[in-house]
Amino acid sequence: MKPAVALLASACLALAGSVAVRAELLQPANARAQVNDVAVLQGLPQNLSDFGFFENQTEQQPGQGVTPYRLNTPLYSDGAEKLRFVYLPGGAAMKAQGEGLLDIPVGGALIKTFAFDQNGGRRLIETRVLLHRADGWLALPYVWNDEQTEARLAIAGARVDVTTPGGEAISYRVPNKNQCKECHGLGGAVTPIGPKARNLSREWLGKMVASAHLDAVPDGSDQLPIWEMRQSADLADAARGYLDVNCAHCHQPNATASNSGLDLRWEQKSPDAIGIGKRPVAAGRGAGGHMFDIVPGSPDTSILTYRMASAEPGVAMPELGKSTVDDDGLDIVRRWIAQMRP
Amino acid sequence: MTIRLPLAAALLACAMPAFAATHNVAPGEDAQKALQEALILAEPGDEIVLAAGRYTVTDGLSLDVDNVTVRGAGMDGTVLDFTGQQGSGEGLLVTSDNVTMRDFALENPKGDGIKSKGADNIVYHRIRVTWTRGPHAENGAYGIYPVESTGVLIDGVKVTGASDAGIYVGQSNGITVRNSIAEANVAGIEIENSRNALVEHNVATRNTGGILVFDLPALPVMGGGNVIVANNLVVANDTPNFAPPGNIVASVRRGTGILIMANDKVLIENNILSRNPTAPIIVIAYTQSFDDERYNPLPRDVVIGENLYDGGGYDPQLDGAEMLLGAFGGELPPVLWDGLGSVTAVEDTSGWSLNLTEVGKGLDAARPGPLTVAAPTGEFDRNGIGAPAELDDRLGA
Repeated sequence: MKPAVALLASACLALAGSVAVRAELLQPANARAQVNDVAVLQGLPQNLSDFGFFENQTEQQPGQGVTPYRLNTPLYSDGAEKLRFVYLPGGAAMKAQGEGLLDIPVGGALIKTFAFDQNGGRRLIETRVLLHRADGWLALPYVWNDEQTEARLAIAGARVDVTTPGGEAISYRVPNKNQCKECHGLGGAVTPIGPKARNLSREWLGKMVASAHLDAVPDGSDQLPIWEMRQSADLADAARGYLDVNCAHCHQPNATASNSGLDLRWEQKSPDAIGIGKRPVAAGRGAGGHMFDIVPGSPDTSILTYRMASAEPGVAMPELGKSTVDDDGLDIVRRWIAQMRP
Repeated sequence: MTIRLPLAAALLACAMPAFAATHNVAPGEDAQKALQEALILAEPGDEIVLAAGRYTVTDGLSLDVDNVTVRGAGMDGTVLDFTGQQGSGEGLLVTSDNVTMRDFALENPKGDGIKSKGADNIVYHRIRVTWTRGPHAENGAYGIYPVESTGVLIDGVKVTGASDAGIYVGQSNGITVRNSIAEANVAGIEIENSRNALVEHNVATRNTGGILVFDLPALPVMGGGNVIVANNLVVANDTPNFAPPGNIVASVRRGTGILIMANDKVLIENNILSRNPTAPIIVIAYTQSFDDERYNPLPRDVVIGENLYDGGGYDPQLDGAEMLLGAFGGELPPVLWDGLGSVTAVEDTSGWSLNLTEVGKGLDAARPGPLTVAAPTGEFDRNGIGAPAELDDRLGA
């Protein structure tokens, strides 16, 4: 539906509402905040509110055409709570591409807000938006003010003091615009990472189909374990799912760490490519004195786990997007390596 | 309808870059933010000028715009100080093409110094990267680090203290490294899995190994070769290896001058080699096990031309060193070959061979003896070796 038509439609509904006795029942679905499609498609909007993604921005209540979602296995970001949304302009639908990324049309957007608990409440730190424009995807970071009323464009990134859920006081890094691309770059272009069908629930995908926001629930969806249920999931699935989500955006061909030759994508089946018996290339002191990325049966001498267990720049992996060690992720990957037969 | 607006805007934008802008950045409290903003907001053709002074930088910087020049006030005048770096794997990351970086320094980056990846036709001119505490295992790995690029010109840079390689070019093609100084790194200059590289008029000193030319297995780009190492001063590379174990350079013996491993068509000539106590020149096959059918572990068609050898391996870091020294009369001849692959050397080249016959079987089968190889036949084919000539145009003033 073209925006002009959508406007007309909502005007008609508003008119109808003025004479309808139970008009308020129509309100929630049809009078929610309209997203500013021009802001999605051009310019560098200075404020998050310029997009109009939210009915109530501080409460993170989505506006019209904005749908929340979660990933089965999420990216670790210093323990931040993450609120994810996909925006589809009026009438537009995503297309499934097998187990991979959902194809979001031009004019669509992904929105992710990072928050930490503070003084018993939720403190919003930053909101990252990925805008699908005519010339490709654009990633922009917005940093929230102390009053929690607005988030402003921080093109050079920022640092914010926070306390993680584990009680660690850290200098949390908001990435700059280029750093967004370091993770979101594939073949030189910016691309979404998260919403792959294999990492989304069938239930959510089904709802998106039912609401005409998606063409079909593809085969291969919902494969990655739900992170909170990882203890009862297949260990290899949990570990490979974790590595896919946390590492493979760089460690795959045509991405930022392609020169390492390490490919940690879920679909990569070659033991060499995922690091088993693979020697380091440009790891420097990141190798930690170890000879191979993964030594079957020996997480203590594997480079992969050595780097995951470090918080020191130059050693720590991932290089961006976190400054603390993800103990839960490390535990899963260590156990997976430990049970491999040498 | 809404789609048309950005198209119009894009057309307008395309018409504008004729007016190249200069972004001036000066040291001060908000310098890091101003610099990173300039690196993001620059348009193709723009120049970012860093005034003299010391800049405190706590996060990795990055540039992703084509055809931008970043210019400081000299490698001793404009210093980006990363001593307090809190994040990122390098000081400055460049991911766009036709970028020129010149006349500034980076000190103490936590990881690599400047990394450029997939950044074609890049120029590094008079850049300094220094780890100020000198050799240390916890220094960053590479000082100057272009990788997966076509067209790389490195001229007049200086790198000190890298725990892997001072100047490292990896998985690239069309490369010149010249007029540069690599001092007190594990490897001074390293050309890895790359083709068409010219390494000339450099000084490599106090490194563990001076100049290394490698090809490694299991990488996206392999088949290194067409390399010329000429007119370099490779002296006193005698710093004990301080690389973290695990990396290939951790196996480099203290006192290596020029090391060629598993490459195709390499010329070594007109270098001055002095006081490299293990061996002025080493030519060997890849030493470790590998499982990659595409990979050739042998050195092939390595040509050792005229070089000036001021002595040979007088204090070799090799198993059985005493016995070897005794056998060769107190000092090993300047050229060491493992006997694998194919090597030619100009007449009167003094060397020794391990006379190995099988790749990857270690040194147990070594039967050390004098080097007996044929003289080179015909001219070395220099065609296409080195960075594209047009990159020189960016070196003026």
